[in-house]
Amino acid sequence: MRPDLRVKIGSLVLDNPVMVASGTFGYAEEFKDFIDLKKLGAIVTKTITVKARNGNLPPRTCETPAGLLNSIGLENPGLDNFISDKMPFLKKLGVPLVVSIAAEEDSGEFFTLAEKLGGIGAVSAIELNISCPNMRKDKLIAQDPKDTFALVSAVRRVTDKCLITKLSPNVASVSEIALAAQDAGSDAVSLINTLTGMSIDVQRRIPKIASCIGGLSGPAIRPVAVRMVWEVYHKINIPIIGMGGIMDTESALEFFLAGAAAVSLGTVNFVNPRACLEVIHGLERYLIDNGIPELSRLKGSLKLCQD
Amino acid sequence: MAITQLKAKIVSNERVKNNYWLLRLECAEIAGKACPGQFVEIRVGEGAEPLLRRPISIHDAHKAGISLFYETVGRGTRMLSERARGSLLDVIGPLGNGFACDGLNKKNRIVLVAGGMGVAPLVFLAKRLKTIEPLVLIGARTKAQVVCLREFKDAGCSVKIATDDGSAGFKGKVTGLLESCLGQGGFSQIFACGPDPMLKAVANMARDNSIGSQLSLEEHMACGIGACLGCVVNTKNGYKRVCKEGPVFSGEELVW
Ligand SMILES: Cc1cc2nc3c(=O)[nH]c(=O)nc-3n(C[C@H](O)[C@H](O)[C@H](O)COP(=O)(O)OP(=O)(O)OC[C@H]3O[C@@H](n4cnc5c(N)ncnc54)[C@H](O)[C@@H]3O)c2cc1C
Ligand SMILES: Cc1cc2nc3c(=O)[nH]c(=O)nc-3n(C[C@H](O)[C@H](O)[C@H](O)COP(=O)(O)O)c2cc1C
Ligand code: FES
Repeated sequence: MRPDLRVKIGSLVLDNPVMVASGTFGYAEEFKDFIDLKKLGAIVTKTITVKARNGNLPPRTCETPAGLLNSIGLENPGLDNFISDKMPFLKKLGVPLVVSIAAEEDSGEFFTLAEKLGGIGAVSAIELNISCPNMRKDKLIAQDPKDTFALVSAVRRVTDKCLITKLSPNVASVSEIALAAQDAGSDAVSLINTLTGMSIDVQRRIPKIASCIGGLSGPAIRPVAVRMVWEVYHKINIPIIGMGGIMDTESALEFFLAGAAAVSLGTVNFVNPRACLEVIHGLERYLIDNGIPELSRLKGSLKLCQD
Repeated sequence: MAITQLKAKIVSNERVKNNYWLLRLECAEIAGKACPGQFVEIRVGEGAEPLLRRPISIHDAHKAGISLFYETVGRGTRMLSERARGSLLDVIGPLGNGFACDGLNKKNRIVLVAGGMGVAPLVFLAKRLKTIEPLVLIGARTKAQVVCLREFKDAGCSVKIATDDGSAGFKGKVTGLLESCLGQGGFSQIFACGPDPMLKAVANMARDNSIGSQLSLEEHMACGIGACLGCVVNTKNGYKRVCKEGPVFSGEELVW
């Protein structure tokens, strides 16, 4: 018997728990030559804003030990162009679609985005990106539990769509923010966004990316991400979408054992565009080999040594 | 045109001279679609170190495969040079938009300008432009760093060399050599690949002489397939991705 890989996130049921992380999969079309996109658990789009954004000055990326530092700065075509140019392809796929959104200036933009996207049938869920480190803001919404609660509850009032809140690892207590999101009516949380970081070209004595500080992703951040999922899992009841440095089945399994209901693959898509499908297959294999009929039984099943 | 990801067999991987290597890969699927100026993304190892693929231009393509010409400059390219003949290499390609050379004929006098490793994609272009017999200008620091002379000559090109120290050909930058060639008049198009300052100078000269220029750019790439928006350059129409809309851009389009 094939194991049951389905997961429930709010009102949404995914055939399998493997999603792609926002900003690492474009608008999916970029990957159509590599994999059968219909097999993905869900597609999360690059974050969009109300108005088109040019993004930050190049150079925007640099490689670091087992990681990637980026400062894209949310370059995106804006809401209307997203709907007219990117939605048709995504709609045709029929895969659960999560649209990631962010505000540039004031949080009112979140409502505009959520209301408009809420009216589109093909949009299955909305992810609130309150944690992008590349926006030149002093403080992110996801760095304050009160701000998080206020924003999420306000968006909750304007849409019935499944709501996912994306959390930042650049905080003292991630569970505190996760709780605020849950209390405000978020259907799920996704974590982690990138860790802020810096890298320096010592010959030229300049930062390797133009904005100096960027967001670190990839295997380098995985232990931090797994730890945060584990902490949050013990504090909240809504599903966790875990991400940060997943490269293969084994690293995806770490997240499920720590308490994630689903996972998102990010940076790995750049290195191995087939990674998502390999992980779906690998999870199925793991469940069969271990005689586990449903993936959901794995969630948070980490065994701790007794003292 | 569809992009292919495959495991290509290494037919040979040999040092040409100094730190320059020639890698031949069996990959008919990529070769069949490849155009001059396009590139491939190679995964040099298997684990997380180095994490990202490395972009390398297609140096030549024939029926059964492609060849790449690369310089070992860091860990990734060094690891690539250690890959043995007969082993399999994870390759994605062909990527990007190459040089537009449709409709060119012998009436067009073409000049190709290569700075340093810029020779790599221009050899493939020279072969495709064989019937037009383009003029090729190669710039290098010293005579020892001049590469691919034979390949250009075999493709029927006339070749001129510029070296910084004058150890071969014209003494000075290749753009100085280009200036004197353009002075003779009659050229209708410049194709160039090399460091940014050289490309910028080429773009300016092309503009001053009212001729077209097509420049192949380099930018750090996280994905190479248009997904991350990391590799952008500024153009008159806003940021464009070097890996997708490029790597070849017209000189008029770029904002330096
Ligand atoms: C479209 C394109 C075509 C290219 N074609 C060729 C070619 O035909 N032959 C050749 O020898 N080189 C070519 N390069 C440059 C080549 O990609 C770099 O030399 C190589 O990535 C260096 O990797 P490394 O690990 O050895 O060096 P490191 O300096 O250790 O690399 C560190 C990081 O910086 C990136 N990086 C370093 N230098 C460059 C560069 N010049 N351009 C882009 N990324 C860089 C690497 O990819 C890596 O992510 C091309 C680059 C681009 C963008
Ligand atoms: C190039 C790049 C762009 C990203 N853009 C976004 C974005 O637009 N919105 C967002 O919520 N997260 C963005 N992220 C963060 C990822 O979605 C993810 O949270 C993070 O990279 C950790 O996962 P990974 O290690 O698997 O990449 C981006 C990450 C990268 C590497
Ligand atoms: S390298 Fe990712 S978009 Fe060009």
